[in-house]
This record gives sequence, C-alpha cells and structure tokens, in this order.
Amino acid sequence: MNIMSPNDWITLSPEPLDSAAAVAFVTDGRAGGIDVFLGTTRAETSHDGRALIALDYEAYEQMAGEQLRELARRARAQWPIVKLALLHRTGRVALGEPSVMIAVSTPHRADAFAACRWLIDMLKKDVAIWKKEVWADGSGTWVHPVVPSPGTPGEG
Amino acid sequence: MTVTIKLFAILRERANVSKMRIELPASATVAAAREALAERLPALRDHLPRVAWAVNRAYVPIETELHDGDELAVIPPVSGG
Repeated sequence: MNIMSPNDWITLSPEPLDSAAAVAFVTDGRAGGIDVFLGTTRAETSHDGRALIALDYEAYEQMAGEQLRELARRARAQWPIVKLALLHRTGRVALGEPSVMIAVSTPHRADAFAACRWLIDMLKKDVAIWKKEVWADGSGTWVHPVVPSPGTPGEG
Repeated sequence: MTVTIKLFAILRERANVSKMRIELPASATVAAAREALAERLPALRDHLPRVAWAVNRAYVPIETELHDGDELAVIPPVSGG
C-alpha cells in the first residue's frame, strides 16, 4: 500500500524505510518545524537467554491502510500540519532498522512535536499490525500487548 | 448467509488458515460468529475472549449484526510500531 498525495505520504511496505526521503517529502517553505520519529528494532534477550535477531511484521493491509489514512485526517483536524509521512514496514525487519517512520511539518515546532507524538501513540494502540519476535534458535513469539478498543474508533 | 472470516498473527498460526467462509443464520451477530468459529476451530477458543472484531475493516462491538458477504476480521491485540 503506497499513497502519495501532494501533502500526505502513507505506506505499508516490505521495502526499507528511508528517513532522508521522509524528511525531503515533508520539507516545505510554509513550515518552520519538522518532527521525525523512527521506531527501530531493539536487541532483546528472552527470559531463557536467547537473542533476538529480527522482528516479523504482519498487517491486515487494507484495514491498516485505511486506519493510517484516518489517523492522518484526524491529526490534520487537530494541528496545522503542512505535510506528513506515515510509513510502516511489513515482513522481516533486522535489528536496528526502522520499522516505523513518522515525519510531520508544521508552521511552529510545538505542533510538530505534538502531532508526531499523537500519531505514533495512536498507531501503536489501534492499527491492525502485529509483530513477532524472531529468536536466534529460529523460534518466534507474537507480541500482543494492547487490545484495540472495539466500537470506539472515534476516541483517542 | 455467508461471512468471510479473516485471521491474523497468532490466530492465523494457531488455526493454520488465514481466510475461511462460514454460514450463519440471517441477522446473526458477531457474537454468534464467534461461537461458530470456536466450534470450527477449537485451537482459537482460548484467544477469542481477548480479541477485537472488525466488520468490513472497521472495529465494531460484539453485538453488531452481520450481513451476507461481510468480511469479519478477528483482531488479536495489535503490536505495530
């Protein structure tokens, strides 16, 4: 899923994310502040001593794409966003690589910080994407921390 | 009526299937679909109390009425980011 309008870039893709491209996309003469958030895969050790080697991401692509577009729309209703990029990986992401990338430009920095923070918090809470920890011995563990709030898609 | 069920992540692996069709009586609710699913796929039974439900790609409450041709997704706790 890749949607690039003049002001919004939203992607769910197995391709590596390019932070320079995200910053270039949101850079605009009307904006005085750009905020960028990268979520990267972090080294972990399981309770029995196995090392994490990667994260595997799975998405309900059609729903997640619609949810990301809705988050962009709701962010724009709250802050004077000039441009935004909302990018998420699918498939295997190696340690240290970004799995999610959010870039927001606004006229003033406070709005860029607030919008970026809100977007990553909402993405993690509601969007139909799952990750599985892949361990050095080849085993995998699904990460299931947050139950989405059914019937309250307008809240947050 | 026929409803398409979609399964993801741990549920897809437990059930060993990502998509299936189930027959339900007219005006059945998501709750009724949950019962039918638990019968068809006992491996999911322990997970079903902790999932959310989406009809045609939007979260819905469990008492929502289904319609012929709906896509009902079983959404285990999400972990994007």
